Amino acid sequence: MSKYLLDKFLYTVDRDPELVERYRNDPRGTVSWWEAERANVVLNIPEMERSTWLTFSDVEREALATHDYVTLFELGCHNFLLLTLFIALFERDYDEPLAFQREFAVRLSHWTVPYPDIST
Amino acid sequence: MATIAAVIASTHHPFYYRASTSAGANRPPFADEWVAKIESFRETLTRAEPDVLVMVGSDHFHQLWLDNMPQFLIGKAPFYDGNFYNEEREFGLPRMFLQGHEELSAYLLRAGIDAGFDLAFSNELRIDHSITCPLITLRPQADLPIVPVYTNIFAPPLPQPRRFVELGKTIRRLVEAWPSDQRVAIIGTGHLSLELGGPRQFGPHGPDPEFDRQAVEWIASADLDGALAEVSLDSLWLPGNATHGFMDFMLMMGVAGQSVQADYVDSLDLFHTMEAYFTWYPKGDSQ
Repeated sequence: MSKYLLDKFLYTVDRDPELVERYRNDPRGTVSWWEAERANVVLNIPEMERSTWLTFSDVEREALATHDYVTLFELGCHNFLLLTLFIALFERDYDEPLAFQREFAVRLSHWTVPYPDIST
Repeated sequence: MATIAAVIASTHHPFYYRASTSAGANRPPFADEWVAKIESFRETLTRAEPDVLVMVGSDHFHQLWLDNMPQFLIGKAPFYDGNFYNEEREFGLPRMFLQGHEELSAYLLRAGIDAGFDLAFSNELRIDHSITCPLITLRPQADLPIVPVYTNIFAPPLPQPRRFVELGKTIRRLVEAWPSDQRVAIIGTGHLSLELGGPRQFGPHGPDPEFDRQAVEWIASADLDGALAEVSLDSLWLPGNATHGFMDFMLMMGVAGQSVQADYVDSLDLFHTMEAYFTWYPKGDSQ
């Protein structure tokens, strides 16, 4: 399980307006491209010094590729990153303010504390 | 020696800027009351006539990331840009530009490390809404130099609550010993009960009103013993999955000093979270 890599995906997409749109419109293609080209880039050193070992598990890749935020929560993605990116992806599709955020909560309503561990 | 002009602890609600600047049909029904409370709170800082602001907050995965995560960090830069694209996108926050105070930053780093905190530092720090929101509420003209202090309340493993308190006490002691005639306000923001990215988010109130009531009591009376007896890294998950931001309030209680009653206390029960505002004047009533 690679919670760190899931969080890295959410983090690097959330901070890039072009990637937010790309992930909204083509989630599977974006995840596939990102895992091949970006997953091993260490953010604060030159790209040629990339890591060699980071990959998603099949379950993680599928959850990202299907925008399945319930599964991502259950896999232990960081709650703040998950919420922030998914607001950017889907809030625009709802008429009422906070309607997406409330639906997000309802879809997780089978959870009580303790929630999945977000430690990386 | 420097004077501590005010100690201020506050929540930082990223929706305040948009709520307070919106008009007509876009203006939420709670905006007028919220603005009135903020303007009253702002006066507590204005009255203190500070020269420099030490700003305690927590980066929300903007510049600081899991490949290199500091627990406590002090900015040491001549200037700080403020706010990020995703904060503009979600909250409508403006880009900001702040002057730094390198001398006080350098002093706090050296003296803080010598006092037992192995502080990280940054010479190029872009500050996020944990620091820009209190500037917007308390000093919207953003005309004073700042020293940012970042804490990790966000990415486990976190420091223990008592370390936040000890850091607050240390900052207080060091600022009081700073050989300067400047008036320093120490301002820190955190959260009461808060849920983000979980089943209890965005309800009609904060996720745990009973925790909020107790927390306001602890803060208003700087009841460090009470808070430390009840609060642990494990317990803070229970009131809401983003409640570890309460440890920044505990840091500020350490700055205020054990059992020192706040001179100004206010709160506002909003949807989603409770807002709370506290000011102490260490030398008695300001001026």
